[in-house]
Amino acid sequence: MLEINTENSLVCTPLPPESLTRNFASIKPRMTDNEAVIEASRCLFCHDAPCTIACPSSIDIPMFIRQISSHNTKGAAKTIFSQNILGKSCAYVCPTQVLCEGSCVYHGLNEKPIDIGRLQGYASDFAIDKNIRFFEKGPSRDRKVAVIGAGPAGLSCAHELTRLGYAVVVYEASKQAGGLNMYGVAPYKFNNEAAAKEAAYVSGIGFEVRTGTRIIAEDGQNIEKTHIILSDLEKEYDAIFLAVGLGKSHRPGLPGEELRGVYGAAEFIYSLRAQNLNVPVGRRVIVVGAGNTAIDAAVETAKLGAEVTLVYRRRPEDQSAYDFEVAHALQAGVRFLYLTSPVQIIGEAQVDGLQCVKNEVVNTATDGKPAIKALAGSEFVLPCNMVIFATGQEKMVDFYSKIPGLSINQGKVTVNSFFQTTNPKYFAGGDCVNGGKEVVNAVAHGRDAARGIDQVLKGGAA
Amino acid sequence: MADLSIDFAGIKAPNPFWLASAPPTNTGYQVQNAFRAGWGGAVWKTLGQPIVNVSSRYGAMNYKNNRIAGLNNIELITDRSLEENLSEMKEVKQNFPNHALIASMMWETREEWHNCIKRCEEIGVDGFELNFGCPHGMCERGMGSAVGQNPDVAERITAWVKEAATKPVIVKLTPNITDITAAGLAAQRGGADAVSLINTINSVTNINLQTMSPNPSVDGLSTHGGYCGPAVKPIALNMVSELYNHPDFKLPISGIGGIETWGDAAEFFLMGASAVQVCTAVMHYGYRIVDEMKAGLSDYLEQNGMKTPTELTGIAARKLRRWEQLDLNYKIIAHIDPEKCIGCQLCYIACEDGAHQSIALQNHTRVPKIKEEHCVGCNLCSLVCPVDQCITMVQIPNGAGRLTWPEHPANPNRISHSALT
Repeated sequence: MLEINTENSLVCTPLPPESLTRNFASIKPRMTDNEAVIEASRCLFCHDAPCTIACPSSIDIPMFIRQISSHNTKGAAKTIFSQNILGKSCAYVCPTQVLCEGSCVYHGLNEKPIDIGRLQGYASDFAIDKNIRFFEKGPSRDRKVAVIGAGPAGLSCAHELTRLGYAVVVYEASKQAGGLNMYGVAPYKFNNEAAAKEAAYVSGIGFEVRTGTRIIAEDGQNIEKTHIILSDLEKEYDAIFLAVGLGKSHRPGLPGEELRGVYGAAEFIYSLRAQNLNVPVGRRVIVVGAGNTAIDAAVETAKLGAEVTLVYRRRPEDQSAYDFEVAHALQAGVRFLYLTSPVQIIGEAQVDGLQCVKNEVVNTATDGKPAIKALAGSEFVLPCNMVIFATGQEKMVDFYSKIPGLSINQGKVTVNSFFQTTNPKYFAGGDCVNGGKEVVNAVAHGRDAARGIDQVLKGGAA
Repeated sequence: MADLSIDFAGIKAPNPFWLASAPPTNTGYQVQNAFRAGWGGAVWKTLGQPIVNVSSRYGAMNYKNNRIAGLNNIELITDRSLEENLSEMKEVKQNFPNHALIASMMWETREEWHNCIKRCEEIGVDGFELNFGCPHGMCERGMGSAVGQNPDVAERITAWVKEAATKPVIVKLTPNITDITAAGLAAQRGGADAVSLINTINSVTNINLQTMSPNPSVDGLSTHGGYCGPAVKPIALNMVSELYNHPDFKLPISGIGGIETWGDAAEFFLMGASAVQVCTAVMHYGYRIVDEMKAGLSDYLEQNGMKTPTELTGIAARKLRRWEQLDLNYKIIAHIDPEKCIGCQLCYIACEDGAHQSIALQNHTRVPKIKEEHCVGCNLCSLVCPVDQCITMVQIPNGAGRLTWPEHPANPNRISHSALT
């Protein structure tokens, strides 16, 4: 049972630690040995398995599951990590319901799909907890690569480059490595301890992660001691891999956004993770948007004790959040208001309410999401103490637009099949290239980019 | 409900489901519980010179999520005195006069056999089963399978028993022999009224990979044991049918070997049994499984318009032939139902790597395609397919008449019809 704080105060009284622990317990608890073997034994070992095809990092899923069922958990971890060195976080944060498990042939029998995510977590945890290492530094090539960003793409690329014999340094602006896994995903999926453990395991192959070190694009004022200028990196390294992810939350530009209690979802979640759940949260919270990040913010605030309403301008069938995420939010007590758009935020210094308007669908014939129109005179105010905008994240254009010769398309860095940008020194992957996808997509990018960098530096590619 | 009562070689029982001589029939307490649960008969744990058992007695063969696909034991015959056993048997017989109570026995000398028979008949047993089958421990002392493996000895001991017994005598056969019919015919020559088979199969269930010691481990050492449970059923079915089909063999057969459901029992009947015995399934699930067995067998008999289980006896066995009598012109090929297919492609890889490369993958769908011109009709794809009735084997009428190996043109020793006429 989720504990909800019902006290009538502006700011939620923090829940007692035991309630927080219960509310934020992993939604994919670790399997016992017995459970894992039983579940693994259900796998049919499909040929050319749909689960592997569906996996963006192409893990040989039937093989690692077979290894679990034959009590070779270590071998299972090696199979996973051979394709995806961040197999641990992917096990917990991947939307497996729409990827590997979503394609399990058991659906065709109305049979529960194999619990691939938790099996992968089981094997990955086994190896990481025991610090069983499968890969080592390759013979030195006397070449250096800088990686900017210690998120999934950056760590994955650095790991693969190290295997290939490159000297790699990863630069990370935040205090800890992990990127989205450390600062972005919901803590009931993957918590700080797990993210730190995984990042340490990955870098344990022998590359350096310089945390708290921001890379800035150009020389100028306000340079702090911990800042490094790109041009200096260029001199020191043979190649630079951009894995900077996404930037700030998008704000719709409504009156009252400057009020205290108005947050972007990415920033709210960042502080929630960085401060280990110790963040103030309003008694009544409104989350704007209906993507997966909106759901995360809504569920997180609900689990912190708030009464949460999610407002979305279109219909339930138009929301981009996965069905299982929506179900999770409903279970956590989040209220959904559809066909509702925010108009302005009301309050003096602090948010008191969100003025909204009801919408109607005017044209469903168009491909994709339908056009909507505000219903005249339908304005109403939702009282609240906190508004979280989860209406997308901006790209880091401000940063990479200053790199000379870098081609950018709709805010995304353009790369060729070697993940090389139009500036030959620079390579890129992850969210800054794909515009923002899953952790597993970033890991696959990082791995493949490392191989691309290797090809280019060896002179095997144009 | 069909009438399940039987008369097996003169032994009457309310139904054909008997407990085999084994741990579930150790004591009067157990056998009375079994009869209350609905079992039709019980073959008492083998009487003989009381033995001393080792601790750590069973080992199991698991398959994926299924525990005890096969069970192995190194337990010996009864470890209790004849007096103790007889007094409990007497009580069982008094409380359950209409249930079949069979005394299993294993002795060394003719006098011992005679003495035990006399004492058993005094307390009212319905028949005897001679344990010529145990493949572990007792055989080292010249009993059990050491007898069953030597037809002359088996015949002689059976004859000793028949000198004294007025009740029907069943000889329990060991499968640890090249030709089961030799053992069955020896029992028949000795005067047995029936046979029961199979006893357990020589086996070592598995090795502990940590300690590198075989199981069951007796302080790090082990010994080969007797294998039973669902995994042995196909071996038992074959042996039962071999005896049933032997032209000189005339005795009724009590079928044993991996019976767990009504369907297993029905298969034993169809292969020539007139009653069945169960052990491992009870050791796994307890006595109450007999409810499912009785209800299922009764329904099956009714569906087939039969009044008694023995109407089933031998129907399938009579359809067994020598390989060379099978029709080489009979042709089937696999057919995949695309509506049922879930796209696992196990049929494809099984055929590609393990059979005849007669299934192709297609570009636009995960449903594989049978290369009908290559398919030899081996069944493998339909066996690996996880979906019921998705891959079926369809007969291809080719107009050719029946053709067996003796007449086949490819047979260098074929019978020439012109030469015969």
